[in-house]
Amino acid sequence: MEQQPGKSSRASRQWSSGSAEPLLPALYARFGTDSLQLQGTADGIETVWVDREQLRGVLWFLRSELTPGFEMLFDLAVIDERHRRHREEQPSSDFTVVYHLLSVSRNADVRLKVALSGDSPAVPTIRDIWPNADWYEREAWDMFGVRFDGHPHLYRILMPPTWQGHPLRKDHYARATEVDPYSLDQARQEAEQDALRFKPEAWGMARQSDDTDFMFLNLGPNHPSVHGVFRVALQLDGEEIVDAVPDIGYHHRGAEKMAERQSWHTYIPYTDRVDYLGGVMNNLPYVLAVEKLAGIEVPPRARIIRVMLAELFRISSHLVFYGTFAQDVGQMSPVFYMFSDREKLFGIVEAITGGRMHPSWFRIGGVAQDLPNGWDRLIREFLDYMPARLKEYDDMVLGNRILQRRTRGIGVYDTGEALAWGVSGPGLRATGLNWDLRKKRPYSDYDQFDFEVPTAEGGDCYDRCVVRVEEIRQSLRIIRQCLDNMPDGPVKAHHPLTTPPPKDRTLADIETLIQHFENVTWGPVIPPGEAAVNVEATKGMNSYYLVSDGSTNSYRTRIRTPSFPHLQMIPHISRGLYVSDLIAILASIDFVMADVDR
Amino acid sequence: MAEWLAIVLRVALVLGTVVGAAALLTWIERRLLGLWQDRYGPNRVGPFGVFQVIADMIKLIGKEDVVPPFVDKPVYILAPAIAMATLLLVFAVLPFTADFQIAELNIGLLFFLAMTSLAVYGVLLGGYASNNKYALLGALRSAAQTVSYEVFMGLSLLGVVLQAGSFNLRDIVLAQEGLWFCLPQALGLVLFLIAGVAESHRLPFDLPEAEHELTAGYHTEYSGLKFAMFFLGEYLGVILISAMVTLLFFGGWLGPVLPPWLWFLLKTTFFALLFVLLRASLPRPRYDQLMAFGWKVMLPLALLNLTVTGLVLL
Repeated sequence: MEQQPGKSSRASRQWSSGSAEPLLPALYARFGTDSLQLQGTADGIETVWVDREQLRGVLWFLRSELTPGFEMLFDLAVIDERHRRHREEQPSSDFTVVYHLLSVSRNADVRLKVALSGDSPAVPTIRDIWPNADWYEREAWDMFGVRFDGHPHLYRILMPPTWQGHPLRKDHYARATEVDPYSLDQARQEAEQDALRFKPEAWGMARQSDDTDFMFLNLGPNHPSVHGVFRVALQLDGEEIVDAVPDIGYHHRGAEKMAERQSWHTYIPYTDRVDYLGGVMNNLPYVLAVEKLAGIEVPPRARIIRVMLAELFRISSHLVFYGTFAQDVGQMSPVFYMFSDREKLFGIVEAITGGRMHPSWFRIGGVAQDLPNGWDRLIREFLDYMPARLKEYDDMVLGNRILQRRTRGIGVYDTGEALAWGVSGPGLRATGLNWDLRKKRPYSDYDQFDFEVPTAEGGDCYDRCVVRVEEIRQSLRIIRQCLDNMPDGPVKAHHPLTTPPPKDRTLADIETLIQHFENVTWGPVIPPGEAAVNVEATKGMNSYYLVSDGSTNSYRTRIRTPSFPHLQMIPHISRGLYVSDLIAILASIDFVMADVDR
Repeated sequence: MAEWLAIVLRVALVLGTVVGAAALLTWIERRLLGLWQDRYGPNRVGPFGVFQVIADMIKLIGKEDVVPPFVDKPVYILAPAIAMATLLLVFAVLPFTADFQIAELNIGLLFFLAMTSLAVYGVLLGGYASNNKYALLGALRSAAQTVSYEVFMGLSLLGVVLQAGSFNLRDIVLAQEGLWFCLPQALGLVLFLIAGVAESHRLPFDLPEAEHELTAGYHTEYSGLKFAMFFLGEYLGVILISAMVTLLFFGGWLGPVLPPWLWFLLKTTFFALLFVLLRASLPRPRYDQLMAFGWKVMLPLALLNLTVTGLVLL
């Protein structure tokens, strides 16, 4: 390690547009200056307003004509702007569609915005430019009622097919108590059930071919191997998968809507439950984004504590993956060993945070408390214990010939496909691309750690497992460096918007007392602006895109989760394989449904 | 009269012991898996949890006997009975000791092969009659698996038959007084063990009920006592295959010092536990891989074994 983590105090890094040159000149040169307008954001990501007529042209240009281009449609979000204050310097708009693109070769992001007016807004589909736009557009239609012209399956995706209205619109109610009580009589139950029945014709599937009648099998929403409530409707010829239609939304809890009711501070526990295996890893992009909006500089000790806890949760999540992966290909025992290791981890997490799976422990401006006495002994014991166990698991799981035959060469995709489908995390690195935000765009002092980014070449189920196992080892390495170099100092920033503010001076001076009172009662008021922070979470790139209009709660919170695009890719990589292979693919993706549906 | 009574008593003794042992094996398996997987397993009911078996039986018997409206009723009811009865019948021809055997059959070995072949109809019919897609897939897999493994199971035993010169199980054991067949027939033993695991649908050959793929496979729609019969059938299968391995390759009841019945019991228990260990440690192959393995590896090996045995004996 070259440098002790946390020792350097730097101004907040503007990683987002990073070293890459700005794109606007290129866009001006190609499309003229009239229709493009630049908008400043707190995160420094280049944000350009585009006319609806030019949208497809600009996106096509950025993807295919520009070199190097933007390989990935990172996110597609909508903002209902009708009640938003502080929209100075932005074109008038009722609904804004936001296209967030990411270029791996440029290591840069760009955000394109399209202003739409009226109650039934529409834009052309971009499904043909990036295949993963399919689900994002369906989600935007479902949540905001934005139509995507030319989309062949613009059905609801998260809400039930019978739902009335578009939930993320500002005029849609947020609580059941705002409407008449729900009742389910016999007729309605039958109507709901019928609406859920899979209709192959709606997806352009034939019921028979020249020589066979296909079987349509509902794998899920309750099935031992779909890891939660997830349905894949399979078109089967014998046991061979002809086509598949994943059906999500059973775990949808409206996390983005809730963010608009909660204060900036009280929303933190909701983030824990998005990727419920990731614990505080979910807090991280959220608090980082709020800090970026508020301009808070987090003290070094808090940054390193955050890294340590986040890596503990990465190990915990990967252990669950490892065990269930083995279990899904029929190996019964490993999952028990990995869960008992995870139990040890939770012991440490409990000693530090008081919680286990959902500690909600990060705060705006730092962490909730300092580390308890004796934390270093607990961590050291775990660091000494784990490598031998991992060695044993290698022999038991990765070295097993039957398991290798079940997973090698199954569910293969290459780097190009992965980027086009929005795949990130271990699933992307298994294709050989060295892309880890902790290295590429270091946040929270990751640049001060000495670790490697494991990759593999094959891009199949087995490689995705190998990459995760190696990541456990690298995480152990990072945690040891945290242990050896933990800086001293405060664990919360001395900033008026830190919530709750440090209490040591509240009884000594009136300003601090009032600040404390305000931040605790109605929560901090975050300055107007927009910021997205993207982190390398347990399952891939997880980003929170926050829009503040200068009030005590978020105007719009967009959660970009890694699992959502991962599931979308399932039909693409499972056609022509067997049902058993699909199970291996599902296991190797490592998703949790709360991370998909939010 | 007394003769009849003796036969009835013997039958009752064997039936009771075998079914009791199968039930006990469910508990032993769960405790052993617990031991190997760093957890307890059932340890609350009675000493070491051994009465868990009884508690489970009471639970299964006490359950409502559901016959779903969409099933093919007669076949649905018949299937678990076939699965259990065919296996129980085989125990009639097993020589537990030199002089304890319900029926000494000249073709005991053939009877065993015939009955295990019939047992698969329980699974097939159960899956078919359930009218459930998962059950159907399970039944299909079972059919495929049986076709591939039945063939070399019989062939793998022919070496033993050649050496003993008889299909009579008692004669086969007696032929091993000098040397257990596990040595000259080592290849046959391995082949038979693998086929036996496949025959009893245990991991790694539990494809017809692969939980992670087909929820519960062929018995998805079964509950209560009918499920219990399938469940018990699986464990009867384990005991049966273990007993057959003991008889055909490890000298049955033969052994020094200890009484013959105890030798038989010890050897059989050992192989039954081997089944549990297999289940604890191996993943499950895909079914086309399983079939390819059966036809392309096991069958040629079985033929080779038969040829070499024949040549040596000639």
